[in-house]
Amino acid sequence: MATATKEEIFSKVQEALVDALGVEDEEVTPEATLQGDLDAESIDFLDIVFRLEKAFDIKIERGELFPEDILTSTDYVDDGRVNAAGIAKLKERMPFADLAKFERDPVVQKLGQQLTVQDMCNFVEHKLAAAA
Amino acid sequence: MRWFWLDRFTEFTSGTRATAVKAVALSEEHLHDHWPCYPVMPNTLIAEGMAQAGGLLVSEIYRFSELVVLAKFSKIAFHGLVRPGDVLTYRATVDQAKEAGASVTVTAHVGDRPQAEAEIFFARLAADSVARPEGMRLFDPNHLFHWLKLVGVFDVGTRPDGTRLRPEDYGFPSLTSDL
Repeated sequence: MATATKEEIFSKVQEALVDALGVEDEEVTPEATLQGDLDAESIDFLDIVFRLEKAFDIKIERGELFPEDILTSTDYVDDGRVNAAGIAKLKERMPFADLAKFERDPVVQKLGQQLTVQDMCNFVEHKLAAAA
Repeated sequence: MRWFWLDRFTEFTSGTRATAVKAVALSEEHLHDHWPCYPVMPNTLIAEGMAQAGGLLVSEIYRFSELVVLAKFSKIAFHGLVRPGDVLTYRATVDQAKEAGASVTVTAHVGDRPQAEAEIFFARLAADSVARPEGMRLFDPNHLFHWLKLVGVFDVGTRPDGTRLRPEDYGFPSLTSDL
């Protein structure tokens, strides 16, 4: 799978999200947000992780896709907002995600709400490149 | 009504698969409350039986020591009707398991006839959440052990290498000392 094209990656991510979330193919666009547009709940993320692991033959460790340990750490969160050290840590742990919008208003809950289908595709691409 | 939706396991292989049966009897109240004058087993309760078969299989992965909760049915489909006198056979297979949870595929058959198939997702609640007082009310190891004995997990349970599952391996009393 290391040589998968962006189209192949999108197609498999789309299939995983359709199966995990019970949504239609056409709803899963690159811009769609998982929680906002596709109604993903916290438990769905583990289901999605299982499906991505199977589809791409990769291993995804806890916190790799969504670093909840940073978001619950008092070192990185002040009064419900991710601080500068936390933003730096998130960028390091989530090189696949576009965090520009989150940085402008880094309320902890908004990170999950802003995660898009494209972020998922980038994550898989990043994993496949690391495994190659 | 007692919330037991499978009668007995006939196979239970640690971390892999399990088979359980449920005999449907006309004396069961719920058959008469579903459709008047036409007793059938409601599909929702068949789903519960499938979840119990898969859930106990998953619970064993976490050594029967933590709270495993039904998180969702990713997929479920039903076919036909289940009538009094039918025997449902539930077959559960572990698809994937991680620290945070596991997914299983469960089928239900009446004889050779497929009745339902489902993908079920279970979440494992962290040990610290179970240790809190409200967690303890949800998960009582003694109740779980009683249930495991009733449905024969330790009568038929084995590891993939064929060795028997013993209650004492999970911190439960041995079956002989319990008599």
